[in-house]
Amino acid sequence: MNNSIKYIWNGIVKENPTFVLLLGMCPTLGTTSSAINGMSMGLATTFVLILSNLIISLIKDYVPDAVRIPCYVVVIASLVTILQMLMQAYVPDIYATLGLFIPLIVVNCIILGRAEAFAAKHGAVDSICDGIGIGIGFTLALTLLGGVREFLGTGAVFGQVLQGEDFGMLMFVLAPGAFIALGFLIALVNKIKK
Amino acid sequence: MESNLVNMVMVLCVIAVAAALSLAIVNAITSTQIAKIEKDNLEKGIKEVLGANPEDSLDVEEIHDSTSTFVLYKTEIGIAVKTQSNGFGGPIEVLVGFAPDSTICGYKILKHSETPGLGAKAGEWFQRGNKGDIIGKNPANTSMTVSKDGGDIDAITASTITSRAFLKAVMSAFDRIYGSTHETSDASTQEKKGGKQ
Amino acid sequence: MEYVLIFITAIFVNNIVLAQFLGICPFLGVSRKIGTAGGMGAAVTFVLVLATIVTFLLQKYVLDPCGLGYLQTIAFILVIAALVQMVEIILKKVSPSLYQALGVFLPLITTNCCILGVAILVIQKDYSMLQGVVYAFSTALGFALAMIVFAGLREQLEFSKVPKAMRGMPIALITAGLLSMAFMGFSGVDGGLKTLFGLN
Repeated sequence: MNNSIKYIWNGIVKENPTFVLLLGMCPTLGTTSSAINGMSMGLATTFVLILSNLIISLIKDYVPDAVRIPCYVVVIASLVTILQMLMQAYVPDIYATLGLFIPLIVVNCIILGRAEAFAAKHGAVDSICDGIGIGIGFTLALTLLGGVREFLGTGAVFGQVLQGEDFGMLMFVLAPGAFIALGFLIALVNKIKK
Repeated sequence: MESNLVNMVMVLCVIAVAAALSLAIVNAITSTQIAKIEKDNLEKGIKEVLGANPEDSLDVEEIHDSTSTFVLYKTEIGIAVKTQSNGFGGPIEVLVGFAPDSTICGYKILKHSETPGLGAKAGEWFQRGNKGDIIGKNPANTSMTVSKDGGDIDAITASTITSRAFLKAVMSAFDRIYGSTHETSDASTQEKKGGKQ
Repeated sequence: MEYVLIFITAIFVNNIVLAQFLGICPFLGVSRKIGTAGGMGAAVTFVLVLATIVTFLLQKYVLDPCGLGYLQTIAFILVIAALVQMVEIILKKVSPSLYQALGVFLPLITTNCCILGVAILVIQKDYSMLQGVVYAFSTALGFALAMIVFAGLREQLEFSKVPKAMRGMPIALITAGLLSMAFMGFSGVDGGLKTLFGLN
């Protein structure tokens, strides 16, 4: 039990994929134009991450080393496709906003990275915990970035207007704002860590 | 685990088959639901853009021309047209309803990939009472272009490209039904060619 | 003319890295030196055009006729991974000098999301084969351009005094943001070109 909490905490704080490991930058920048979009993307990735970690930790003993990576990729790609179909069927609005970034979860380095670095060496329960931890860490980071961008860009957070429309600096909702906001957030994290 | 040809091929095959199977199963479960959502959206959309419950039997007609596809849903209280044009981030699919006297009685954006917070506002911007209100206007006697291009419609702030694309879709739908331009004859010859979709 | 429009739009207006956020990992990861950035750009151009042709044929002649559209993601990523391996092996045999130049970047390309992204976009945009190839080629050029410009900026950045917390990734991201803002100046150019070419 202690171990599981350690792995979860590790994923959220010590090895936060966005702020510390700097992995999975494409969806981080591409889908965080608002807090809710960032959160949906984070949750979608968490879903794939937990299941891929679980499946890979279960099959790792049966997979020959030479074809390890192709096998993992097939597992991840199937999970992503399943997610894609489920989202299309049950949450079509979110699916429409996230668009291309859903199939691109396949090439998100976080997923394959955790499969190689963690799930291939640990048991099922630990792997699930690692998936949960990293997933939550990623979701929190994306929600935070999305919230900051939404607030600076439109004066609202989660669609709740906090400041009038004139407050917004449109640039933050657009592409340049993604880079700049993330740059400052990472700098802030660096500062706090010291 | 040691790799040799036999176990490599075996494992890859087993995983591939398992993956394909699970995908086929999920696809079978979700495909009906996905189709249902699209159909529901369309039916709800038609009700919405025509402003009232249409009489049950809808006469559906599809027209393809060189650049776009039009789907006409004819009812007793007007015609709803589904068409598309290219916006800022990709194609915008619009359903627009025309009353018998060719005034616009409603519209709905069915699909788009415009910038959130900017072009994505098109869903509300042109509705009744909002800044770019097009409801109740008749394209036959209104200049349906953005004010920047000398028209009568206010474009979405900082999203002129989306606004142009939206109005273009509405106008092309209008032209298709009420055939004001030479494009009609041009298109009718190509009608049967079958479209891209 | 249509191809010129696709070309210019993909390089400047909808730059794959700076406007569409695809291929960010190599953009941030291997952009310390102009030389390596150029090498990565060349490798991506090569693989992207090849991958687009192969995935296009796969979609139109295998997946679509069989009604297997839902296998798109899985089929594309496997084809891309196999293709990258194959290019690596062939290049090693046929042109060792080119392999020397591009070799190190090839394994990184499989997980470069701009390859899979462009392959899917070509299908989504309903392009023809030739349009798709032109689009892939110009997208890759846009990627290379962004890489090289950004690497140039980062080389200069080495010499400037940056606050401690901002060193490394944060200042690189902010620089990328400014670069992206500069590219926003191109937005609307495509509309102008369309009018110019009478494509409206």
